[in-house]
Amino acid sequence: MSLLQTLRPGGRHGIAATETRDPIGYAVAALSRLAQSDLLDRLGLRKQTETAVYTATRGGFRTITAVGRTFAKAGRPGSPGARPAAAPAPGVFDLTPSEDEQLLVDVVTELAAEVLRPAAAEADETCVAPEAVLKAGLEVGLPILGLPESLGGITEERSAVAGALVAEALAHGDLGLAVASLAPGSVATALGLWGSEAQQQTYLPAFTSDDLPAAALALTEPTVLFDVLSPTTTAVRTDDGFLLNGLKSAVPRGGEAELFVVGAVLDGAPVLFLVESGTSGLEVEADPAMGVRAAGLARLHLRDVTVPADAVLGATDGTTYAECVRLSRLAWCALGVGVGQAVLDYVTPYVKEREAFGEPVAHRQSVAFMVANIAIELQSMRLLTWKAAGRAAAGKDIRRDVALARQLCADKGMQIGLDGVQLLGGHGFVKEHPVERWYRDLRAIGVMEGAVLI
Amino acid sequence: MAINLEDPKKFRPLVGQAHQVAMNMLRPISRKYDKAEHEYPKELDLLAAMIDGLSESGASEGAGAAGVKRDEAAPDGAVKNGTNLASVMSIAEMCWGDVGLLLSMPRQGLGNSAIASVADDEQQERFAGVWAAMAITEPGTGSDSANIATTAVLDGDHYVINGEKIFVTSGERADAVVVWATLDKSLGRAAIKSFVVPKGTPGMSVERLEHKLGIKASDTATIRFEDCRVPASNLLGSPEVDTKQGFAGAMATFDNTRPLVASMAVGCARASLDLTRELLSQAGVSVDYDRPGLTQSAAAAKLLQLEADWEAAYLLMLQAAWMADNRQPNSLEASMAKAKAGRVGSDITLSCVQLAGSLGYSEAELLEKWARDSKILDIFEGTQQIQQLIVARRVLGLTSAELK
Repeated sequence: MSLLQTLRPGGRHGIAATETRDPIGYAVAALSRLAQSDLLDRLGLRKQTETAVYTATRGGFRTITAVGRTFAKAGRPGSPGARPAAAPAPGVFDLTPSEDEQLLVDVVTELAAEVLRPAAAEADETCVAPEAVLKAGLEVGLPILGLPESLGGITEERSAVAGALVAEALAHGDLGLAVASLAPGSVATALGLWGSEAQQQTYLPAFTSDDLPAAALALTEPTVLFDVLSPTTTAVRTDDGFLLNGLKSAVPRGGEAELFVVGAVLDGAPVLFLVESGTSGLEVEADPAMGVRAAGLARLHLRDVTVPADAVLGATDGTTYAECVRLSRLAWCALGVGVGQAVLDYVTPYVKEREAFGEPVAHRQSVAFMVANIAIELQSMRLLTWKAAGRAAAGKDIRRDVALARQLCADKGMQIGLDGVQLLGGHGFVKEHPVERWYRDLRAIGVMEGAVLI
Repeated sequence: MAINLEDPKKFRPLVGQAHQVAMNMLRPISRKYDKAEHEYPKELDLLAAMIDGLSESGASEGAGAAGVKRDEAAPDGAVKNGTNLASVMSIAEMCWGDVGLLLSMPRQGLGNSAIASVADDEQQERFAGVWAAMAITEPGTGSDSANIATTAVLDGDHYVINGEKIFVTSGERADAVVVWATLDKSLGRAAIKSFVVPKGTPGMSVERLEHKLGIKASDTATIRFEDCRVPASNLLGSPEVDTKQGFAGAMATFDNTRPLVASMAVGCARASLDLTRELLSQAGVSVDYDRPGLTQSAAAAKLLQLEADWEAAYLLMLQAAWMADNRQPNSLEASMAKAKAGRVGSDITLSCVQLAGSLGYSEAELLEKWARDSKILDIFEGTQQIQQLIVARRVLGLTSAELK
C-alpha cells in the first residue's frame, strides 16, 4: 500500500468519499499520522494522559464473548411454553394506574432517584453500569417483571402497562443505566412470550435466580437507512441447526452477556435466534455511542456461528420478530418519556432561579413558552405510549399505535433534549449539569431497535 | 382501575350516530354554506330538533356543548366516562363533517356552555332550551379578557349594559347572548360577570356580520349595547365581587369549553387526514407502520408524522374531558389540549393541501376549505399563545404578575 493510498481522505473520519486533498492537505495529513503514532510516546515526547480510561470506551477492542454458564437443557422442545394471559379489555377510558402498578412505580421511582441518578455521570463516562446499580434493580424484581407467575414472575396477566410505567420511572434516573438494568429482563420477557417449553425451562431458571445473567436483544445493525425488518444478518439451515452470519450493533452489555437474542433472515423472513455466549464464531467489540453509554453498548460479530435446531425463538414466518420489534420500540418510547420528564423537572426550578436583567429568566415568555411546550409534548408522548402499552396488554394489534408513539417520541423527545440544553445556555453545554447527557440520550429514541422490550 | 386509552365503549353508538349525521347531513351542504356566507343553514333546524329528541329520549349522552356541566361524582369512586367525554367525541365527529355548521347548530353555542358551567339551578331551568351565543371580545380587548370595557350598572332590579362586542359566533341567530361586562372597572377582573341578554332586548343591536377566512357557515356578529336593561336575575352565578376568587368564576367556563374547541380542531384535521390518506393511496402511497418513515416515500413519512401529531391532540383532548368527568381540576390539561390541537390542526390541514398539490388547493376538493376553517380554532377561546401562557404559569408555578 503506497503512502498516497493510505492518505486518501474519504471513507473515514466522517469525510465523504468525494473529498480530495491538495498538496498542503497531504502534508497536514502526514503530520497528523505522525502525531498519532506511538513513536512520539516511545521517545517520551508526549505527556501520558490516557492511562485510566476504561477499555470499553475505546473502539477497535474486539474479544470473544463472555464465557457464560452452561444452561442445562430441560423441557420438551416441541411444546409451547407457558404464556402470560392477555389483560381483559376494560372498555372505560382511564388514566389511573392500578394499585399494584402504582406501588411498583413508587418503588422504581425511588430506585431511580436514589441509585441510578447519582451513578449516572460516572457510568456515562466509563461506559459501565456499576454492579450495585444492577443489584438494586434485581432486588426490585426488574428482570421478572414481564414473566407470568407460572414461570417465576410476578404477574398473572400481560404486564405491558406496568412495563411502560417502570421503564419511564427508571429512565427518569438515567437512560443508560435503565437500559443496562432492563436488558436481561427483556430477554426473559421474550422467552416468556414466545419461548417453547424447553427454552423456558432451560433459560428462565437463571433469570429468576439471584445469579442473573446479563443478556441482550440484538436487533440493530450499523447500516444507514437500517430497516430492522430486513436485517442483513443471515441464517442458513444446516443438517442439525442453523449457521448465522452478520453484525449487530448497540447491543447492551454485550461484553458480559451470556445469552443473546439475535435477529436474522431465514428463508426470506426475519427470525429470532437464541445464541449463548462463548459459541464459536461470536465476537464482541465495544461500540460506545453518543449516549446510552452506561449500557455498555457493543457490536456483536457473528461469523459462521452454529446454533442448534431448537434455537429459534417463536415463529419463523416473521410474525414473532415483528411483534418483538414493536414491543421493543414501545419500551424505547417509555424510556424517552422518562428522560423527557427528567429534563422538565430539571429546567423548571432552574429557569425560576436563574436571573438575567434583574429577574428570573422564567418571567420571559420565550423561556416560559419553551417550558410549556416541553410539558405539552411530553404529555403527548406519554399518552401515545400508554395507549400502545394498554393495547399490547390486551393482546390487540399495536402496529399503528407503536409507529405513532415512536414517531412522536423520537421527534418531540429530541426537541425536549435540545430545549433542555438551550434553557440552561452555556451551563447546559457543560457536564456540571445532566442536561447535556439527556440531549445525547434522547437521540437514541427512534434510532435504537431491540435491546429492551416490554 | 387500569390504564386504558381506547375510546370509551359506551360512546360507540353516540359517535357512530354523530358520524352518520356529519357524513349524510353536514358534508352535502358543506361547500354550499362556505359559498353562501351569512345565509342561514335552514337544514340545521331539523337536525337540532333531532338532537334535542335524542337527548330527551336518553339515547344520547349529551351531544354538543350544552352537556359540559360537571356531573355528580360517580358512586363508590368508580372511574367515570361521562358527558364531557361524550361531548368532545361527538363534536369531533360533527366537525369532521363541518366546523362552521357545528358552530351554527341551534342550542349548542358556547353561551350554552357558559350557562351550563356557571348558572345556578334556577337559571339552568329558566334558560333550558335557549340558544345562547357568547360575547366576550371587544374592539380593544382580545386575549386579555380581564380588560373588558363593557359595563353593567345596577339600576333597581335591572342591570344597564353599555359597550360593544365583536366576533360573537351566532350572534344574530341565537335566542340570547351571554355578555361579559364589568360591575366596576376599578375592582379589576373580580368584577367581571356574565349576563344573559335575550334577543330583542331594547338597546341591543347587531351592527354587522364579518366576512371571514373560514367557518363561513357560522355568522360572526358585532353587537352594540346602548343602555340595554336586563333583569338582575340574568346575572349568571353570584353578583358578589369576590376579589379573592377573582376571575376564577368566569374563567371556569374556559376549562369546559377549551376541550370542546380542541375537539373541533381534532375533527376538522381528521377530515383532512382521512381524505388525504385515500388520495395518496389512489396514487400508490400508503404508510407501512412497521418500517421507519425514512425508508418510505417522503409523502408516507409526512403522513406518519401528521397522524402521530393528530393522535397526540386527540388523546390530550380525551384526557382533559376525562378529568372533568371525574371532577379533577383540568385547567392545565384543557389548555394543553387546545394548544396542541390548535397548532396541529393548522399543520395537518395545511400539509394535506400541500400533499394533494393543486387538487388540494382547488375548490374541487374540501381540503382547501378545511385548511381555512382550522385557523380560527387556534385563535378563539384563547389563542395558542394564551394557552402556552396558562400552561407555563401552571407548570412553573408563576402568577400572572410574574409571567406576563
